[in-house]
Amino acid sequence: MYKRKSRKLDEPREMEAKVGIIKRADGSAMFKIGNTIAMAAVYGPRNLYPKFMQNPEKGILRVNYNMFSFSVSERIRPGPSRRSKEISLVSENALLSCLNLEEFPNSVIDVYIEILQADAGTRCAGICAASMALADAGIPMRDLVSAISVGKVGDAIVVDLDKEEEDYEGGSTDMPIAMMPRNGKISLLQMDGNMSKEDIKKALELGRNTCNKIYELQKRTLKEKYMVEVENE
Amino acid sequence: MNNVSKEYLLSLLQSGRRLDGRKLNEYRDIKIELNVSKNAEGSARVKLGNSEVIVGVKLEVGTPFPDMPDEGSIIVTAELLPFSNPEFESGPPNSQSIELARVVDRGIRESKALDFKKLCIVEGEKVWLVLIDIYTINDEGNLQDAAALAAMAALMHAKIPKYDGNKVDYHEHSGNLPLTRKPLECTVMKIGEHFIVDPVKEEEAFVDARLTVAVIEDGNVCAMQKGGEKALSIEDAEKMIEIAIEKTNEMRKKL
Repeated sequence: MYKRKSRKLDEPREMEAKVGIIKRADGSAMFKIGNTIAMAAVYGPRNLYPKFMQNPEKGILRVNYNMFSFSVSERIRPGPSRRSKEISLVSENALLSCLNLEEFPNSVIDVYIEILQADAGTRCAGICAASMALADAGIPMRDLVSAISVGKVGDAIVVDLDKEEEDYEGGSTDMPIAMMPRNGKISLLQMDGNMSKEDIKKALELGRNTCNKIYELQKRTLKEKYMVEVENE
Repeated sequence: MNNVSKEYLLSLLQSGRRLDGRKLNEYRDIKIELNVSKNAEGSARVKLGNSEVIVGVKLEVGTPFPDMPDEGSIIVTAELLPFSNPEFESGPPNSQSIELARVVDRGIRESKALDFKKLCIVEGEKVWLVLIDIYTINDEGNLQDAAALAAMAALMHAKIPKYDGNKVDYHEHSGNLPLTRKPLECTVMKIGEHFIVDPVKEEEAFVDARLTVAVIEDGNVCAMQKGGEKALSIEDAEKMIEIAIEKTNEMRKKL
């Protein structure tokens, strides 16, 4: 049976969250899980140019996911890649389901996710940071979005795989999920590896429980910022 | 976006003050944080007031240039992230980000801050390439000086990974970078007849001319870059260099 050195199989790595980390942005947040650090900034709603891209029915959301070149051992060339484009797309969909863009016709909300340090789970950390940044920007939301990677390492169902586990010689399956915890609905689901239907069921359950924990941290962090601000006035 | 008029700014400068109450030749509070990204061989976060830049240093084994077979090299890039300023756009590097990177590059290269010969592994075949990547986090002005300072801080603490002739092991290291000098950059701005350092965004908007000066610890200058639309007199340039020498000396104490 696969065992972890320093945490239980159903235990995520230590998490830390902050909001308001980028002064120029309308909203911003940092989400750290283990050695993975994601930062997110939100600009908007603002006018969308070129004008032909505007939609008079509703606003659009643009998400851009990017890894710093030195966030991983082998440097990656700065700028977009096929991988980063795909992650931007799935992250956009993950966040879209909690927004009501009809309120912002002809506008765009830009979300920039930057990975400062990577040790697996970067898209999930990015989504956690981005949804807090959207809330920090004062954009009306149905719920926050919480995300975590679940999967299988060797023969064990685990939550929050780190890089070492993703590269586990005995086989590893990675299944990132994002949820709106209040209604329990899934807004991102991907998988790479090999799992049975029963395994997936267990992993999803584990993912939901962990998303609920993340949700508490996200809410607490947002509340703390705004409670302090009111007291200062 | 800019709700300060040039007349108001000039009248303030005339009385020896800045928008945020600083003196003309005074930097904002400088904060340096090291090792902010653990997979980099060296990294640093620099804050000049609310301006924030992160620089990471990675090492790779590459082939030397044919005309310098026994020397390693540096490659500096800068990303003006749309994340850090609502006016920055996604896409390939524009002239502003290229200038930012190149001026940092020249400060390091021309001062011979790194002993390139010591970065040679096998003459004519293998050398260390030092990749210095600049990312802007929050642009509240003076990214240039912040980037140069962060690059120097990251280089000072960067480690050389282990290399067995075949593969680089990024989890082990074999020593520090051969750093011999510590060039720093100070950009002096001319607005009207006044010289200021470390401008905030509102001040940058009204700059007539600027001069970035890279200074080594012995007080010699190793690179310069003039920018802005207006021309400078020789006296202006001399004065600006003097200010830069004094200010980089102060900044160096923070390293």
